[in-house]
Amino acid sequence: MRIEQRRRFAILGLTAPTYLWLALTIFLPLSVMLYFSFLTVAPIGNREPALTFAQYGAFLDKEFYRFLTWRSVMMGVHVTLGCVLIGYPAALILAHHVPNRWREALFLLIVLPFWSNALVRIFSWTMVLRENGLIDRGLQAIFPDAPSVGILFTYPAIIVGLVHSYLPYMILTCYISLQAIDRSLIEAARSLGASNLAIFRRVLLPLSLPGLLAGMVLVFVPVIGSFMEPRILGGLEGVTLGTVIEDQFTAVFNWPLGAALSFILLAIVLTILAAAYPLLRRNLQPF
Amino acid sequence: MIERRGIVGAAAKAGVGFVLAAALAIGPMIGAAAAEELNVLNWQGYGTDEAWALELFEERTGVEVIHDYFNSEQEMLTKLRTSPGTYDVVLINSAFTEQAAKEGLIQPVDSGKIENFEDLSPLLRDSPRFIIDDKLYAIAWVWGMTAVAYNTEDLETAPESIQVFWDLEFAGRVGWRDDAVEAVSFAAIATGQDMNHPEDLDKVREKLRALKPQIRAFWSSEDEWNKLFAAGQFDVSTYWSGSAARSATNFDLPVGYVVPEEGAIGWFDGLSIATDAPNPEAAHAFINFLIDPEFYVRWATEVGAPASANREANAALPEGDMGREIHGDEAAMKRLQWMAPLSDEERRTYQEIWDETKAYFAQ
Repeated sequence: MRIEQRRRFAILGLTAPTYLWLALTIFLPLSVMLYFSFLTVAPIGNREPALTFAQYGAFLDKEFYRFLTWRSVMMGVHVTLGCVLIGYPAALILAHHVPNRWREALFLLIVLPFWSNALVRIFSWTMVLRENGLIDRGLQAIFPDAPSVGILFTYPAIIVGLVHSYLPYMILTCYISLQAIDRSLIEAARSLGASNLAIFRRVLLPLSLPGLLAGMVLVFVPVIGSFMEPRILGGLEGVTLGTVIEDQFTAVFNWPLGAALSFILLAIVLTILAAAYPLLRRNLQPF
Repeated sequence: MIERRGIVGAAAKAGVGFVLAAALAIGPMIGAAAAEELNVLNWQGYGTDEAWALELFEERTGVEVIHDYFNSEQEMLTKLRTSPGTYDVVLINSAFTEQAAKEGLIQPVDSGKIENFEDLSPLLRDSPRFIIDDKLYAIAWVWGMTAVAYNTEDLETAPESIQVFWDLEFAGRVGWRDDAVEAVSFAAIATGQDMNHPEDLDKVREKLRALKPQIRAFWSSEDEWNKLFAAGQFDVSTYWSGSAARSATNFDLPVGYVVPEEGAIGWFDGLSIATDAPNPEAAHAFINFLIDPEFYVRWATEVGAPASANREANAALPEGDMGREIHGDEAAMKRLQWMAPLSDEERRTYQEIWDETKAYFAQ
């Protein structure tokens, strides 16, 4: 009994700082914002706030908020899909087909964009994607009559910028689970006559699923709230729920509405993750 | 009186001729203030705190200028309310002068003590925003506008109407600022309404939605505008007047600038004197110094400044300066609507209209 008690104290003592830290840095600010989302005005200066559900009411009242929410979620889906399509094969090649001495150099190239400021990266994309930009000039150097393929200020430009920004997360998580797969399993499958496709479907994919799913969550969650990339690359099509939330905080000083919209977005993310929970729980065990 | 004579006498004996001349010229106003302080309340880096200007002013009057700053109009009003008798000169946007005067935070200005007063543009000088209950509460200082900029290589003649933004000939060739209040203001002007408090918001909504095929790109800063314009992204765009002058003069961009016949957005700032100012005489002298062409030309050419309310100061800008042309056109200035303070409620409504419009653009 005494040993049991001491164990409990030890666990409490060791984990308490973590929980305290989480409470101070995440739970407390979030609670304040949750409180703000039920007020009429932000209680700053000599304003008189009152409790209200009007901010959440606005979301139900105005159809365009729901449209923008749908748009943000779809943006998350498209970017995640793009990251999977490029990131997973890249990780596969990196883990199984690249000689060791090249691997480090390639990793450096993948992580390199992370060392530069996100805003700088996005602005560089505007120079590449715009009409008469780098891609256009390159094309026209080869085919003088090539039409412009500039996609700046369109929805695809946002997807390109976001996929580039979040791709490293996907490659790194996929790589970790792919390189952990025992090579002899692949050789065994091959010796038993499995085709490449069968090896991929029945050996590689199931065993690397935890990394793939972790990568998808890591990409999807921040992307649906993103506002900087859509604003810069999207032009006329650059409005998302994220940019509207940003406006509430920076342009009109309407913190309550901004907070309410943020919590609605959070609720949607949690709902999606909850729906995917059975799948995640089964596959994330080794992590 | 004895003290003042003593100081003037000492200066003469010391043989500081320049100081003497300056002290005699504005002697009755400034004598008592010699070796005194003047407290100014303004935005940081907004002209009045240029080091060379303060040195020059002190050299001429012996008054040392001390600055305090605010970060918002509300903060400025709060500082005036909570520290009466502290500040002499305060910069107030014309939209807030009436409120400050009604609250008793500022006192009437004696225009007789401002030598350069007659040179001010009458439109700003005699604005009802400054004359409250028949008393003048502010001296017009600087102003600017948001109107139509166009590419002179694509458009041979300047567009006359604000409807150019809705002209299908410029479909996909329009630049627009991603700002709710500005968007609503332009739509209100284009539908013939009061820019600040449009009555028919449905008309505004409809007008904004009609921009969908027109807008090529949103801009948010002068730097971004220059990049987009240089890359040939748009032919016509909303733009700030001071920035248009810089884009044309400093960056050699083919920018033309025009105030359409329906009008455009204007703003102006005034200099006021706080109630119970410790040093009202020096305050008048400093205001006169700030609206003088000598100060303005150096500020505008070396640092960069909005347009001066003083017509002489504007005319003293170097030949070929585009700001001189676009800000010197009194007829265009008459067509402007001037920005007024908006309530929180109005701001929220305008933001919602604009967000809804952008959602429609993205559909």
